[in-house]
Amino acid sequence: MSVRPDYVRPLDIKNGRVDLSHGSGGRAMAQLIEELFARHFDNEFLRQGNDGATLPAPAGGRLVMACDGHVVSPLFFPGGDIGCLSVHGTINDVAVMGAKPLWLAASFILAEGFPLADLDRIVASMAQAAREAGVPIVTGDTKVVEQGKADGVFISTTGVGVVPDGVRLSGERARPGDVILLSGTLGDHGMAIMALRENLGFSSAIVSDTAALHGLIEAMLATGADLRVLRDPTRGGLATTLNEIARQSGAGMMLDEAAIPVNSEVAAACEFLGLDPLYVANEGKLVAVVAAADAERVLAAMRAHPLGERAARIGSVVEDAHHFVQMTTGFGGRRIVDWLTGEQLPRIC
Amino acid sequence: MKYVDEFRDGKLAQVLAGAIAAAARPEHSYSFMEFCGGHTHAISRYGVADLLPPNVRMVHGPGCPVCVLPIGRIDMAIALALEQGVTLCTYGDTLRVPASKGLSLLKAKAQGGDIRMVYSTADALRIAQENPAKHVVFLAIDFETTTPPTAVAIKQARALGLENFSVLCCHVLTPAAISNILESPEVRKLGTVPLDGFIGPAHVSTVIGSRPYEFFAAEYRKPVVIAGFEPLDVMQAVLMLVRQVNEGRAEVENEFTRAVTRDGNLKAQELVAEVFELRRAFEWRGLGLVPYSALKIRSEYASYDTEFRYALDYQSVADNRACECGAILRGVKRPQDCKLFGTVCTPDNPIGSCMVSSEGACAAHYSYGRFRVQGGSSQ
Repeated sequence: MSVRPDYVRPLDIKNGRVDLSHGSGGRAMAQLIEELFARHFDNEFLRQGNDGATLPAPAGGRLVMACDGHVVSPLFFPGGDIGCLSVHGTINDVAVMGAKPLWLAASFILAEGFPLADLDRIVASMAQAAREAGVPIVTGDTKVVEQGKADGVFISTTGVGVVPDGVRLSGERARPGDVILLSGTLGDHGMAIMALRENLGFSSAIVSDTAALHGLIEAMLATGADLRVLRDPTRGGLATTLNEIARQSGAGMMLDEAAIPVNSEVAAACEFLGLDPLYVANEGKLVAVVAAADAERVLAAMRAHPLGERAARIGSVVEDAHHFVQMTTGFGGRRIVDWLTGEQLPRIC
Repeated sequence: MKYVDEFRDGKLAQVLAGAIAAAARPEHSYSFMEFCGGHTHAISRYGVADLLPPNVRMVHGPGCPVCVLPIGRIDMAIALALEQGVTLCTYGDTLRVPASKGLSLLKAKAQGGDIRMVYSTADALRIAQENPAKHVVFLAIDFETTTPPTAVAIKQARALGLENFSVLCCHVLTPAAISNILESPEVRKLGTVPLDGFIGPAHVSTVIGSRPYEFFAAEYRKPVVIAGFEPLDVMQAVLMLVRQVNEGRAEVENEFTRAVTRDGNLKAQELVAEVFELRRAFEWRGLGLVPYSALKIRSEYASYDTEFRYALDYQSVADNRACECGAILRGVKRPQDCKLFGTVCTPDNPIGSCMVSSEGACAAHYSYGRFRVQGGSSQ
């Protein structure tokens, strides 16, 4: 019998569970990081193995930094999971500022008892999303809380990017006469989650739209158009996002309901639950406010990108002292599209 | 969406708008009450008012389930959750109705009450089955539409031998509310509320049928047109009402023939009659105590009656003095006539119940139509 002084029994990813020692800072935590997180995320910055990542300072432009917490329930849903969602969400927050996303940081809050197999699946999905987006996860943190103090796993991500000189996107730049463009159908993410959550029993064909939008945005910026505002309409949906822009810009908006794309399954599910797709969350869509003269050019660039195939011109910015977002209904009347009231569905992202 | 989009067609709407404008006599003004919140919502959501001529006016009625629920009933539910420790289940909008002491069910939930939003009575039953150590109360609100599912839940609970489930029954009845409005001094004597006819309920009528309205048409000489909840249904009903007024008729007509018959759903009616009986009187927000206007659980099912099990006594609580919900529910005032509307009372911070549900007259006007308020945007 020989003693192997360096031997550490590998993590039992198949059947093991997170326990409090995985957040203790001791050997168990080091092992979890090495055998699970580092294995999936591996990159030169993470390999430095320090408390923080040392990164090259960008040569020009301005830095953008954004963070986003993810608490979605359930953790796995058609079209994605909390892992890829936490990568896409923060990349999109950086990208809608006009920035090229460079690096991500990820912080995990794990509940004691959470299956390591699920964690492995989530981390693999994050790593794949980060790889596809070309944005590495360069540093991170793990904490474990007692059972019942958190629901499975919460993931908070932070992203850093650089805005090229000459690009100036901001919520207060919408001007009367500008055109409002939407990159695709509304409500896919929210209804995909809702269909699982509410045990509605309809076998839904609805798939979350979770996606990283920086490629689409790059194509839009490449047109050289005067892009004034970009936003990703997540919680609260398009209605809430447009109200935010209207308030920041001190203008009103007039939408054309007939021009707003909604998948028929999503429309039917919304109808069934009494929801309005305008208020349902999206995770892979953007809304753009563009100078009218550039609108067609930007729209063409959006439609040429896979994530913008169903892009549409949905309305325009108007003068309005009340900063109302209004809409001509498909029926021929007019209504306000107000802020979301209350909570439509907690823990959607 | 097939089978729904047909009833929201903008081109057909223009055709109907033209027919209404042609039928409405310029020297006459027409006021029709849409009883149901479902119609109020459709009118606001689709901008139906923009398609009606100026001399055809819609008056919002009291048919919004959470709007007519008085403070005392919500207080009862809150006390059950906070003081008796029951698990209280109810439909979504009910959670936000303002109650006493600045509370609502949502705020009581934040204070630790086990209060849950459910989509159906089946959800509440399931919660009771999964939590045998807790008593689960289903706060049942609404008009006749949801009385059959509540009856089914009570019967199922008995069949399953569930002892930890009961219903706080606040089901109310449509015909009693219509009578109350027609008998009100504003309509009958003072004439301050001109009412030339009613758009009758859609879903309620699928259960009770069109027969119960025949009495109003005959006794009060008011035409009633039962209509579906889609905007084209509403337009068609308005046209039918204008024609009845022009021709001096006061009949019950059914625009919603795809779902409503004269006798309604007899099986559902039997079920309801088996489990419920009439209450002698019930307090409505806005209408006050209305005789024989609500249901209570029959004594045979008393063990499923929360009021019986917890020996609850109803205490009436007055509304905020400046709140005009009462007058708005009777059609006497419009939302924008209330001093609180859009100032201290908004959907995010409702003072009155009409500001809570999107079917409420105030919330519908605020959320969809407040650009029409005088001095608002003219865009």
